[in-house]
Formats: sequence, C-alpha cells, structure tokens
Amino acid sequence: MTSALFYDRLQFAVTATFHYLFPQLTIGLAVLIVYLKSRAYWSQDAHYDEAAHFWTKIFALSFAFGVVTGIPMEFQFGMNWAKFSTFAGGVIGQTLAMEGVFAFFLESTFLGVLLFGRKKFGPFVQWMTTVMLFLGSWLSGLFILATNAWMQHPVAYGVDQDGTVHMTSLWGLLTNPWLVWQFTHTMTAAVATGSFVMASVGAYYLLSGIHIDAAKTFLRTGVVVGAIATTALLFPTGHHAALQVFEHQPIKGAAFEGLFYTESGADLVIFGQPNMDTLTIDNPLVAPKMLSFIIHKYFGAEIKGLSDFPREDWPDTMPLLYYTYHIMVGLGTMFIPLMLTAVVLLWRERLFQARWMLWTIMLMAPFPYIATTAGWMTAELGRQPWLVYGLFRTADGNSPLVGSGNVLFSLLGFLGLYVLLGLLFLFLFFEMVSRGPAVTGGPRSSSEPTG
Amino acid sequence: MAVETLWFVIVVMMFAVYAVLDGFDFGTGIIYLFVARTDEERQLVLKAIGPVWKGNEVWLVAGGGLLFLAFPKVFAAGFSGFYLALNLVLWFLIMRGLSIALRSHLRNPLWRTFWDAIFSVFNLLLAVVFGAALGNIIRGVPLGPDGYFFAALWTTFTPGPIPGILDWFTVFVGLLAVAMLAVHGANYLAIKTDAAVQTRARRIADRGSWAVVLLALMAVPVLLFVQPALQDGYVAHPVGCVLPLTVGAALFAAQYFRRRQRDGAVFVSWSLFILGSVGSVAWGLFPNLLIAVEDPSSSLTIHNSAASSYGLRVGLVWFGIGISLVIGYTIWVYVSFRGKVEQGLFGGPYE
Repeated sequence: MTSALFYDRLQFAVTATFHYLFPQLTIGLAVLIVYLKSRAYWSQDAHYDEAAHFWTKIFALSFAFGVVTGIPMEFQFGMNWAKFSTFAGGVIGQTLAMEGVFAFFLESTFLGVLLFGRKKFGPFVQWMTTVMLFLGSWLSGLFILATNAWMQHPVAYGVDQDGTVHMTSLWGLLTNPWLVWQFTHTMTAAVATGSFVMASVGAYYLLSGIHIDAAKTFLRTGVVVGAIATTALLFPTGHHAALQVFEHQPIKGAAFEGLFYTESGADLVIFGQPNMDTLTIDNPLVAPKMLSFIIHKYFGAEIKGLSDFPREDWPDTMPLLYYTYHIMVGLGTMFIPLMLTAVVLLWRERLFQARWMLWTIMLMAPFPYIATTAGWMTAELGRQPWLVYGLFRTADGNSPLVGSGNVLFSLLGFLGLYVLLGLLFLFLFFEMVSRGPAVTGGPRSSSEPTG
Repeated sequence: MAVETLWFVIVVMMFAVYAVLDGFDFGTGIIYLFVARTDEERQLVLKAIGPVWKGNEVWLVAGGGLLFLAFPKVFAAGFSGFYLALNLVLWFLIMRGLSIALRSHLRNPLWRTFWDAIFSVFNLLLAVVFGAALGNIIRGVPLGPDGYFFAALWTTFTPGPIPGILDWFTVFVGLLAVAMLAVHGANYLAIKTDAAVQTRARRIADRGSWAVVLLALMAVPVLLFVQPALQDGYVAHPVGCVLPLTVGAALFAAQYFRRRQRDGAVFVSWSLFILGSVGSVAWGLFPNLLIAVEDPSSSLTIHNSAASSYGLRVGLVWFGIGISLVIGYTIWVYVSFRGKVEQGLFGGPYE
C-alpha cells in the first residue's frame, strides 16, 4: 500500500478533488453574473449592478483559489505521471495547451479588468468583460473535459512504433462523442452549485432580516436557475452520461450499480453495502427490474454483471465507486423536488415568507459540492484500472524515478497547505457574505472597508 | 524552417515572455517591503500589478502546456526529474497568489503585515528557484538512456556528474535572476507610481542595476565554463550572435536612459535585456532541450522528443490564432491601465 504509485494516485486525487471545489463555483457563477450584469446593462438598474458586483467579488475569491490549486494539476501530469505523459502527450498535450491559450488567458486577463476597471470603463465594456469571463471559464471546462473524455473514451489517435500515441485529427479529438454528455453534465452541475450558493446567501440574508432587496434577487435567480439545472442534471445529461458508460464501459457501470452477476431484468440497487467476499449487496433495497428498464427501456433486458469480466479489469476500489455513485445520484434526486417546490413557492409569492424553506435552502449550499465531488470520483474511480480506458493502465503511468518517499513528502506538503487554504477560503467567504452587497443609492465603496 | 524548430522558438518565447511579465511582479515583490513603507504605499504598489499579474502568470501555465504538446518527452522527463524543485515552485506560487488576493480583504494591520511579508518572501524565493531552474537546464541533468532522471535538491554543490538542483552555479544564476528581476520590478514601479515610492524605486533600480552589470559580466565566463556546449549553437548558426549583442546593447541603453530618468525607455530596455538573455541561452542550447551530463547521446533534443508532425502542424495553426488574440487583449489591458496608479479612497479590487 505504500508504493510510489499509491501515493501518486492519492496525491492526484487529493489535489484534483480540492481544486475542483473552486472552479465549479466560478463556472456556475459566471452564468449568473452575466445574467445579473445583462439586467443591469439593459435596464440601467443599479440594483442588479451591485448584485453582479457582489458576486464578482465572490467569483474572484473562488477564482484565486482555483488558480493556485489548478497550476499543480497541469504540472503533476509531468511530475508524477511521466510515463503517461510520454505515452499520451501527443494527444492530450493539444487540449491542455489549448486550455491555456484560449481559456485561461481570457479568464485571468478579464478578471483583472473587471475587478480594477469598475471606475475606468463604461457599462458596455464591463458587460463585455463579464461575457469574456463566462467564455473563459466555460472554454476552460471544455478543454479540460476534452482531455478527460479522451482518457475515458480514446478517439482520434494512432499508435506509434515506440508504443506512444499521436493525434490523428484535432477535430475528432474535440468532437469526441463522450465529451457531449460529459461536458453538458459537468457544466450543468457547476451551474447548480453556483445557483445553490447564490440562493443560500439570499436565504441567509432574508432569515437574518438584512440586505432584503439583494436577498430576494439572489433567491429568485438561484432558485429558478437551480430548478432548471438540477432537472437537467438528471435528464437528459445524467441519463445519457450513464447510458454511454453502459455502452462503452460496462464494467464501470456494473461496478457503480453494484451488479455482480449478469441478469435479465436487473434490479436497481437504491441502498445496501457491497460485500466483496460474497459478491452480493448486504441488506439491499432495490427497485425491481428498474436498471434494465433505465438502460434499455425494457424490463427484461440483460445487463452484464462484474463477474462476467476478468477480475484484473475491475475498478480496484469497487465499493468506494459504488458509494460515490449512489451519493451523487441520491443527492441529485433530492435536489430536484426541493428546487421545484421552491419555484412553486416563488410563483405563489410565498417563498420569502416560508421560513422552513429558507432554512432548507440556506443549509443546502454544501450539498452540490458533495454531489459533484462524488460524481467526479465515480468517473475517475470507475476508469480504473485504466489511465486511458482500455489502452493504458494506471500502474504503468507514474514517474519511474520519483520514489515513494519523495511523493509522500509532496503529498504531505499539499495536505498541509490545502487545509490552510480551505480554512482561509471559508473565513473570507463568510467575511464577504457578512459584509454583504453595497446598498443601492447609498454611499458606495468609500464608506466600506477598503480592500 | 522545420516545424520542430518553430516549436522550440515558440516554447522559448513563452517562457521568455513569462520572465518579462511575471518577472516584474516578482521584482515588485522582492523590493516590496523596502519600496513601500506605509499601508497606503503598499496598496498603491499592489494596485500597480493588480490588474495584470493574473494574466502574466498564465504565460507559465500556457508555456508548460505548449511544451507538453510539442515535446512530450521533455515535459515528462523535465517535470518528473525536477520533481522536488517544482513542488517548491507550486507551493511558492500558491503562497504568492494568495498573498496578493487576500492581503487587502481585512483592515486588520496584523493581517496585512503578515501577507505583506508572505508576498515579498515568496516572490524572492520564486525568482531564486526559476533562476536556478534555468541554471539546471544550462548545466544539464543526469538523464539516463531511458530518457528519465531524478535530481536531488543538492548533492555536492558542484556541477559534477551527479548534480543536484542547487549547486554553486545554479545558485549563482538564481541570484542573478533575483537581481535582474528586482531591478525590473523597480523599473516598473518607477513608471506606475510617483512621489516617495517612485523615488525609492528609482534609487533601488539604480543601485541594483550596477550589481546586475557586475553579475552579468561574471556570468559570461561562468556560463562557458560550466557548459562549453553553449558555443556550439553559435558556431553552427553565427547569426545568433545578434542576441548576446542585443543583451549588451539593451543593458547599455537601460543605464543610459536611467540617467535621464526616462522610466518608460528604461523599462523597455530592461525587458529586452531579459528577453535577450533567455534567447541567447536558448540559441546556445539549440537543438538541445535537456542536456545529459554524462552521455550526450542521451540528451533530449527537438529531434528525438517532438510530437508527431500532424500534431505540431495543426497546433501551429490554432496557436497562431490563439496567441494573436491573447496579445491583442493583453495590449489593450496594458494600454487601458497605463499611467500612474492613483492613491485615494480606493484600496484594491474589493471595494
């Protein structure tokens, strides 16, 4: 358990998981900020401008943490996964470099403009700047996901004589069929995170009786967008993401559903613990034949179970994969009725008085983070034991000369630093939320704490 | 020109531009505690780099990505071989980035003093490490026949057959980088500020620049002593001599303009000095990307480490489009924020 490979994997998992807590908020908020800023621009409404500015500050905070934790991701490809980088650089070097040139530059440059140019530029440039920020963060997601999609479902490549791969078509790489649902699903999840956080802050203000006008805008925006996003997470994006897993990665599908044996009319396991000795689910709670129906629209359809595949091709953390998948789906399924109820209350003009609902919305903010983290763990644990699905094994990918002692050294460093980072982010986030947005028409900036 | 050669130039250009752009951020940080004494002055200095430093940092990330694209074997060998040094770089970049982003969030003077110190120290360390990294690339690394190596942080402190990341030579290059970038940052602040900060910045730049002249004169024989192969590139392509000549001329011009207090011209000359220095080294190393200290046949060059020609050619197309856009809006930002930063009500981005 203490091989370099183990620490390499753990370090990438820790740094990637921690990193993605921040971009998912910025990707989601980018959409909402463009909406608020557009309202402000077209209706000349200062209220929306202050709302957009408040969320831009939160965006900037999350972006700063996203950047500093994101640079290690690119570097680790070479640092910890040298053999994989040698093998796959001819393909994924393209998408990673495109991310830098087309997306990261855009996002970083225009965030500086937005933060420092508030008094320098007119409303149109400011509006354009938020659009650029949105474009940058979403393109960034696209190129990173194109990289991951290739690792899940390699396309547009050829194998060289020395065993490495090269790209045969950039267009093919960027239009990887896997990417379509992975991109829409991941981006929708980020929008859900952004809208949950926005609604949560609104609920907090309303329950506290402060910043009432801003609170209502945050809640309205967050709840409506949240309802759309959570619904789209299940259907069509989540459904199709699952279908392509069963089509191209049947072992992953069987593992995360907890299906050990091939069955015609397979049950959908809702609850229960995988037992790796007996290859059964302990105390299962199932929806009869539902798995077959969901995947093949036919209750009697056959679904391949894990035992039909060689054990060395099973994901090596099958129970964890099973749990992360069920956490993702479980939370996602709970989000939809919650947000739809909130929308109905909003429509009936009762949301702002419904304290039970405001409490629920306020406390829900962490859960989309848990769901997205679980979702990524499902995608990545399920890809095991492959680094590039069906093509290149994880065990063959790490750096040959970076020993376990050195990886543990860096892993501990990252762990320590990231605990500090997490605490700092939460502290500053709550500090900014408690300071609140500026009051429309009142004295601006000068009366507030500078900085 | 072969497409591999073009990619060599692109990758070098990315890192050279990074050295110039993030270089003045590092330099600003190195002299930060001395050039700006009060809280108002420090806010002013941070405001001078505030709108641009994030964009500047991307040149490193994009450069890394392009190296990965064009020369995957070098990316794999270099990043895993410099594993320890790069972890330090990552941690230092994290601390540096946080310090700028977080410093002005709270008014508490202890909070600000703490992040001020972090900002300064980690910029200094980054300049040392990046300088030492360049030193390592010049000196060569213990590449094996399988194309990998692993460098300890230090071994004998001499550039022998089992070199460490830190030896007297790489530390020397690190110090040279600190001096060059400190002056670079001071030059930048001389443009962007006025009154007391500008006076101090000019004084630091003036004294520092003579230290750089001295170190640069020492560097020429030291470089040729440690890596005689640097001459090969110039013997093969003598036209490259224009690069070291540019370095000398730019340095001379910078000192000339400095005496006339023409801050803009000083900054441009000094930037050219940095670009030229990186370019001169690259010209000498070409076509090597990573030199093997023991067996030159194990060196990674543009010929034995490049990606497939389709990837390189299609990359060239989109890179041309992408970098033109980047250059376009980067210039727009620098022009928009030109002139002195203003002191006043406004203390930073989080008004």
